[in-house]
Amino acid sequence: MKQLVILGAGTAGTMMANHLVRKLDKQEWALTIVDEHKTHYYQPGFLFIPFGTYTEQDVCKPKTKFIPKGVTHVDAGIDQVKPDANEVLLKNGNTLPYDILIIATGSKIVPDETQGMLGDGWRRDIFDFYTIEGATALRDRLKEWKGGKLVIHLNEMPIKCPVAPLEFTLLAEAFLTQQGTRDATEIHYLSPLSEAFTKHNCSVVLGGMLTDKKITFVPDFQCERIDAANKKIVSYDEREVEYDLLVTIPTNMGDDCMARSGLGDDLNFVPTDKHTLQSKAHANIFAIGDATNLPSSKAGSVAHFQADVLTENIQRFIAGKPLEPGFDGHANCFIESGYNKAFLIDFNYDVEPVEGAFPLPVVGPFKLLKETWINHMGKLAFRWIYWNMLLKGIPMPGITTKMSLVGKKINKQKGA
Amino acid sequence: MPTADIAGVTVDVNEEGYLTDPSQWTKPVGEAIAAELGIAPMTEGHWKLIDFLQKDYAAQGQMPTIRRVKNAGGIPIKELYELYPGGPLKKASKIAGLPKPASCV
Repeated sequence: MKQLVILGAGTAGTMMANHLVRKLDKQEWALTIVDEHKTHYYQPGFLFIPFGTYTEQDVCKPKTKFIPKGVTHVDAGIDQVKPDANEVLLKNGNTLPYDILIIATGSKIVPDETQGMLGDGWRRDIFDFYTIEGATALRDRLKEWKGGKLVIHLNEMPIKCPVAPLEFTLLAEAFLTQQGTRDATEIHYLSPLSEAFTKHNCSVVLGGMLTDKKITFVPDFQCERIDAANKKIVSYDEREVEYDLLVTIPTNMGDDCMARSGLGDDLNFVPTDKHTLQSKAHANIFAIGDATNLPSSKAGSVAHFQADVLTENIQRFIAGKPLEPGFDGHANCFIESGYNKAFLIDFNYDVEPVEGAFPLPVVGPFKLLKETWINHMGKLAFRWIYWNMLLKGIPMPGITTKMSLVGKKINKQKGA
Repeated sequence: MPTADIAGVTVDVNEEGYLTDPSQWTKPVGEAIAAELGIAPMTEGHWKLIDFLQKDYAAQGQMPTIRRVKNAGGIPIKELYELYPGGPLKKASKIAGLPKPASCV
């Protein structure tokens, strides 16, 4: 038997297991997925926990529930990959040989990368919402909020779900308004970018919303350190911003095991071909989702589109055919803007977010780059779709792997 | 494609004034762009970053991040901000005749 090993049973790894178990010849290929964590989190839901919209139960399910029959689950930590020997060394001392390896080990926050972030202030007046622990601790802190200076801070790009910090900011504004504490709260949004978002078209719309909602946007803020004792965040060019409550998106990095394996870049992300998803270093190693260094968004929708391409390319690789450069950087993201409204954006490597209707031209029902109630309903409905369709690899009607230009107001531009 | 006359040389530039062909770059061109950005004179420390960016871009095919400048280039981030106040990589890449760093995704 030949061995195909998937590292990581998060969004991307689980989708690949579900796709490949249906496509590969069971007489010839054994599929194994390695993950030591018990819980599969619906990570887009973390955003809603601080405001009490979702509870922990809404975003947690047992990981094994989504691993299909026919795929062996190895419940162990990954020590390192030995690419020259084609094997994975596990933390329990066992080794797993592979013919093909798929890396889906994701990304995580690393607050320790910023001086002063961890320490006395952590989860007292400095919070993240990218972990279940951070999101629930922040919920408890917001319950007692009476007013003061709320600072939302993006430390370094790239991050998982690049729209989440802005969504959090807009949702916090709405939440505090509903709680009656908005007038007593100053809101500041600090970013190392020069604009509100990574895509210019979107920055114009969202940056305008920040202004309208009297949220102070501080651009080009490259954080050097946090002075937790004096509740100040300090940039490399020596600007200081005081806070009463700091909600930070710490540096995001790939898994440490990629560094140990010599497969990662400066942030432990795996250098990967941006169209075929083959790793740059080894022909029989592929990477998907947040674990890659691709210049696409680190988001579940992106992993979903990549999974279609990678499933095709794994079959091509096995058959000795040339790989299909099928991934176009397609991303599709809802952006919650508070007051039960949301935006929807659709973009790829070359085309910036534009106006139009989605997924059906003209009909929609979703409106691109517009703030609507139906977009918000779409975001909420997506949780059901995630658990019941997306992870299981069930196709979604009307949603194509490559970005469709039909029904969109295309203004030819090069994206990032 | 727009062009610009910089230090007596005609170079291809984009709408933001970044050179589109790194091979048209010369040291005097770099100095002239630096002066326009208010960075003069260019010291050894300034050139060290320009040199790293050009070599790394040639080797990697993409602009390094500020983290990579620190790790692989050995230049502390604090120093970058002292040398190129306001936006070290945006300014230095323009002076180096390289693309503006993508703000990522």
